[in-house]
Amino acid sequence: MSGACLLAEHGAQILVLDEQPAPGGQIYRAVERVATQGRTALDRLGGEYAAGVALAARFRASGCAYWPGSTVWQVTPERSVWVSRNGRSVHLRADVILLATGAMERPVPVPGWTLPGVMTVGAVQILLKSAALLPSVPFVLAGSGPLPLLVAQQCLAAGARPAAFLDTGSPSNMFAAMRHLPGALGLPARRMLAKGLALRAALRRSGVRVFRNVRDMRIEGDHAAEAIRFRSGRAEHRVEAQLVALHDGVIPSQQITRLVGCAHVWDARQRCFRPQLDDWGNSSVEGVMVAGDAAGIGGAASAALAGRLAAFEALRLLGRIDAAQRDKWAAADRRAMRAERAVRPLLERMFPPRPEILCPADDVVVCRCEEVTAGALRQAVAQGCQGPNQAKSFLRCGMGPCQGRLCGPVVTEVIAAARGQTIEETGYFRIRPPLKPVTLGEIALLET
Amino acid sequence: MFRRFDKDDTPLEFFFEGRRVTARLGDTVAAALLAGGAGPFRLTPASRAPRAPYCLMGLCFDCLVEIDGVANRQACMVPVASGMRVRRQPGPPSVA
Ligand SMILES: Cc1cc2nc3c(=O)[nH]c(=O)nc-3n(C[C@H](O)[C@H](O)[C@H](O)COP(=O)(O)OP(=O)(O)OC[C@H]3O[C@@H](n4cnc5c(N)ncnc54)[C@H](O)[C@@H]3O)c2cc1C
Ligand code: FES
Repeated sequence: MSGACLLAEHGAQILVLDEQPAPGGQIYRAVERVATQGRTALDRLGGEYAAGVALAARFRASGCAYWPGSTVWQVTPERSVWVSRNGRSVHLRADVILLATGAMERPVPVPGWTLPGVMTVGAVQILLKSAALLPSVPFVLAGSGPLPLLVAQQCLAAGARPAAFLDTGSPSNMFAAMRHLPGALGLPARRMLAKGLALRAALRRSGVRVFRNVRDMRIEGDHAAEAIRFRSGRAEHRVEAQLVALHDGVIPSQQITRLVGCAHVWDARQRCFRPQLDDWGNSSVEGVMVAGDAAGIGGAASAALAGRLAAFEALRLLGRIDAAQRDKWAAADRRAMRAERAVRPLLERMFPPRPEILCPADDVVVCRCEEVTAGALRQAVAQGCQGPNQAKSFLRCGMGPCQGRLCGPVVTEVIAAARGQTIEETGYFRIRPPLKPVTLGEIALLET
Repeated sequence: MFRRFDKDDTPLEFFFEGRRVTARLGDTVAAALLAGGAGPFRLTPASRAPRAPYCLMGLCFDCLVEIDGVANRQACMVPVASGMRVRRQPGPPSVA
């Protein structure tokens, strides 16, 4: 949105395609609608959320063409784009494409995670923001990092109390992270740490039962979630809950950048693949740029800055400004970006993903669509399966409707560990069009 | 499994498995069904295990339902409309 505003304000001809029905992305989802319900409704979701009102208004006023409710299902290196909208597909061509498809929550494969009633923490938040829905059954939030704390607060503010909060962060990571404090202590870092501490304090005050250093989670239930069992400290616990919300950080959505054929690199600190980019967001494919969390997790403020930096570069690519002009205009955003970035190493060390979900036990389902377990995957490796793309033919793993979105990261980790290879050597699923199922009728009707 | 926490000014009705469900304008089909206590959305093709939404942002496809006769629609991405006919998916073949 920030990049689009800037481009439109400089007279570039730009079209914004978004699957969501209204502006906002993840952080400001449904912000216009919530704003119509008044200040209290906005405040329940926290001060940062309210900042989306002004951004959405600026975006609407910027004059850029905007197609909400549009799903991009194919992008080629020649910069052809196919998009499905109101049941019809349209083919477009662009001189520059800026991919800003954001992040997804890292999949949390634990026993029972496929049961109805198990969701991501982000999913609970989506219902809260976009549909004014709150859990009406006993529920548990389980995870580490900022999002579970924020969502706990948002639930409490709106009137729902979790039966328990399961903190899966590890104290030793917290201590290790402290070494990065000095490097991180710019203004953005202080703001972030203060926010985190305030959320923790609020949770303590609320009196919600909090379990720390939670491990070995297992969700129980025959046809739907009934309870969650876990270890905390030395004791084993069981909490009844018909809704269990899981979270373990976010990773870039790599479906679309893989589809285009952008080169990716393994980010060992964030433990995820991200597209290989230069300082402006240019990918390895000419004219295809990436900004925001899809480029590597940086958070909302840095996503907005990256969008602006990419927009300045796009103006140069379009021949509207030269490099000197671009550098001059971008200087302030570039400085702000450096300050934002300084805080990431601290966060990354505080909340690394847990080994037990990166490489789950044999009985845990990894591929939800085709119901393939980690054990089956290891067995396939023993029988000669050499990588993620071969796992498709061995097990249909990654070939269901989600096209490997949820199993991809885990499949790579499990195969790498089983073969004693690095993640880079193991690689990732090849992603093919269409990114989302489109009917044959829709393709036949294609408007070009 | 979920309840509204603010007043609803624009209610509408649609059908799930032939049963009337109240939703509100702007809901996705998935949100409306979760508010309406729908239970599982689909059964898996492989083992007929029940599934319901996991991500609500278009990634997991566990919300696949049949809408107005068209199978494999992502309930979490489709806005609900008055009179819509939604059905559970009893384990169809994969679409990929
Ligand atoms: C579930 C979830 C909840 C989060 N909640 C918060 C929060 O409350 N506070 C916070 O500070 N941070 C939150 N984050 C992190 C936050 O999302 C990011 O820091 C920030 O939103 C990144 O902005 P972005 O523009 O890169 O991507 P996003 O805001 O995620 O925007 C990406 C957009 O791309 C669209 N899109 C993706 N694929 C396609 C396609 N194929 N076709 C068309 N459109 C497509 C999506 O619909 C979306 O609107 C959350 C992340 C997730 C995953
Ligand atoms: S709930 Fe995950 S795709 Fe709809």
